[in-house]
Amino acid sequence: MTVDLSLNYFALFGLPCQFNIDETALDCAWHALQAEVHPDRHAHQPDDVRRAAMQQATRVNEAYATLKKPLARAQYLLELAGGIDAQRLNANTVASEYLFEQLEWREAVEETRRANDADGLEQLALRLQIQTDAILTQLAEQLGPRRDFNAAADTTQRLMFLDKLRRQIDDALAAIDT
Amino acid sequence: MALLQIAEPDAPTAAPPKHRLAVGIDLGTTHSLVATVKNGIAVCLTDEQGRALMPSVVHYRSDNGIDVGFDAQNARVTDPRNTIVSVKRFMGRGTKDVPHIEAMPYVFEETPGMLRLRTVQGSKSPVEISADLLRALHTRAEAHFGSELTDAVITVPAYFDDAQRQATRDAARLAGLNVLRLLNEPTAAAVAYGLDNAAEGVYAVFDLGGGTFDLSILKLTHGVFEVLATNGDTALGGDDFDHRLYCWALDNAHISPPSDEDARRLQMAVRAAKELLTLSEEAPLRLRLASGEEIDLPLNRADFFDMTRPLVQKTLAPVKRTLRDAGLAPADIKGVVMVGGASRMPHVQRAVAEFFGQEPLTNLDPDKVVALGAAIQANVLAGNRQTDEQWLLLDVIPLSLGLETMGGLSEKIIPRNTTLPVARAQEFTTFKDGQTAMSFHVVQGERELVSDCRSLARFELRGIPPMAAGAARVRVTFQVDADGLLSVSAREANTGKETGIHVKPSYGLTDNEIADMLRAGIESANADLAARALREQQVEAERLLEAYAQALATDGDLLNGHERAAIDALVTRLRQAAAQQDPSAIADSIAALSRATEDFAARRMNRSVRAALAGHNIDELQHLQP
Repeated sequence: MTVDLSLNYFALFGLPCQFNIDETALDCAWHALQAEVHPDRHAHQPDDVRRAAMQQATRVNEAYATLKKPLARAQYLLELAGGIDAQRLNANTVASEYLFEQLEWREAVEETRRANDADGLEQLALRLQIQTDAILTQLAEQLGPRRDFNAAADTTQRLMFLDKLRRQIDDALAAIDT
Repeated sequence: MALLQIAEPDAPTAAPPKHRLAVGIDLGTTHSLVATVKNGIAVCLTDEQGRALMPSVVHYRSDNGIDVGFDAQNARVTDPRNTIVSVKRFMGRGTKDVPHIEAMPYVFEETPGMLRLRTVQGSKSPVEISADLLRALHTRAEAHFGSELTDAVITVPAYFDDAQRQATRDAARLAGLNVLRLLNEPTAAAVAYGLDNAAEGVYAVFDLGGGTFDLSILKLTHGVFEVLATNGDTALGGDDFDHRLYCWALDNAHISPPSDEDARRLQMAVRAAKELLTLSEEAPLRLRLASGEEIDLPLNRADFFDMTRPLVQKTLAPVKRTLRDAGLAPADIKGVVMVGGASRMPHVQRAVAEFFGQEPLTNLDPDKVVALGAAIQANVLAGNRQTDEQWLLLDVIPLSLGLETMGGLSEKIIPRNTTLPVARAQEFTTFKDGQTAMSFHVVQGERELVSDCRSLARFELRGIPPMAAGAARVRVTFQVDADGLLSVSAREANTGKETGIHVKPSYGLTDNEIADMLRAGIESANADLAARALREQQVEAERLLEAYAQALATDGDLLNGHERAAIDALVTRLRQAAAQQDPSAIADSIAALSRATEDFAARRMNRSVRAALAGHNIDELQHLQP
């Protein structure tokens, strides 16, 4: 398929290509596009139309998921900015200055998890959120006015680490619930 | 030169689309229902006695007859082994997956994939038994309409995995239904509730049915029903409350292993007692066993609540997980919609009220709301509504999809709660020189170990061009459609060569098995196979011609003269074929026409995307900022 599949995700939703986005505008544009292409809108049509609808709806959802989450959005912007392949960023490698900090985080989560301490995990999740917010502000600077993509790549890597930690905390909390 | 559209006398004209018959079916663990939209209002279709609910019971008689629903109820006691209840709990499941299987009066067969039941009419798959339930509802609907019906929306628990969904769709195919959509039960309920109450905001749907539990959180905005997260337990429902009561009764009445017949009597008695306790404080358990012995056990509400409290607690774990996945707190929820017969139990309602800090919404019939929502959606999917009065359902995949990697670990490819449809591509390479095949194992579930997840399929890629180790790049795409069903395709990236995929489903039936069952079913019903095939093809041809005529009327300008002439020739060919009696000739013409219009369809879709974009340019979107 031609035109729309070559649009970048920001253009697909009619949004400016930048890290800080208007989430309400993104949601509205997503709904408007899905209202056209969602397979439910074409359920009574022949196979060829239904196939095209599924492909388009899939693409629109992928674009939305990428822009909706700050981490995926940052990775995507780095990719667009030229050559920093998000796949190659790795949550386990990090600049040495943050190594110690990450070690501490990992130990804290591991200990609290082993103690089955739900409140402790909730506390950690809260602290993690505060640090994540700070990093996002920094990232918006680097990807925005400063256009310092190398620094942004490092920051994104730190964000990936925090994101992974967040998922570990969630899994641990879910395990305690059950 | 611009092309003028001149309608030939026999050319397709864009007549207003006909009203198509379509139903919504709630295929429940204890009861099933069929509903449709009549004069703009969703109604449940009733049997001759005016009953909407059909017990989900099938009796296979020794004289080869099959009774379904109320007609099969009495046989539950007299012929328990051949009278199947709660078959939904067996869909896409092996014997090890089913709780309390030891208390069931059936003869199970452990076959690879799904379990089977040995009956007087031979070995039956849960798919075939469910198809018998669906056939009864299909017949009920056709009697109402006085004409043939094929299109249906079938509801499934939101937390059903791929194997359970596939099994449900197979059952519908066996029952001669064209499945417009598999719709998640809580989503169907939200549609019925949301449209009825013009609801906006974030709602939770708490759906405790006979055998399954779902909790979905949805955001309702201007006609969009967006599922934010879902969780549940496909082996938790009213049946488990019955079982708890049943075990208590066995202990207290000092009955040690009961006969199948007595077990069934007792099961029916405890269910009646449970239902009575929703209305009254006391429900003594009284019944007479086959031996003539009388049982009379005092039972009150407090006793029942005490013994089933752990089950109520069990519903709260998925509730918490859903909220966490949606990034919400209980106070963010505007209303909690209660669905499913078991949600009537007062201690369930109290637990929900305490957790969310508000009284749950119980102003709709928890038994019917799912079928009504499905009917409303079926009506839309059949194309019976104008585009501007449609709404949009954005649902999610309930359980993560993963691939087995080294060490028996699951690597997540598509995480749970991703909006559907979704596709993810992953690249793999060969580790030996000249390697031409690779094998994969797809699993579903949240656990790290593959052995703790559900195995969906093992497949092999063959025909990879021989290259040095690590040189071949095979791109495997996992596509999950709006029904939550997975399909896999693969391509070698260097050569672009489509690699052959051989999928062996771990659970569920192969297409050949379905074809065999269909054939057997049709033959035993003594139906005229050829006439049926011809009719189906003719209907399909009519559908395609109508759709194409409509497409031409709105977007005919997207085709140039050559393209239009080529397609028109195929239209003529199809119209001629449809007038003849050869189903395979019609099928060929249908295939030729839809291949030829594929590109046209893609262009039209692009046009509508552009139109949608044009309606939301950046300036306008910025006005929407809060």
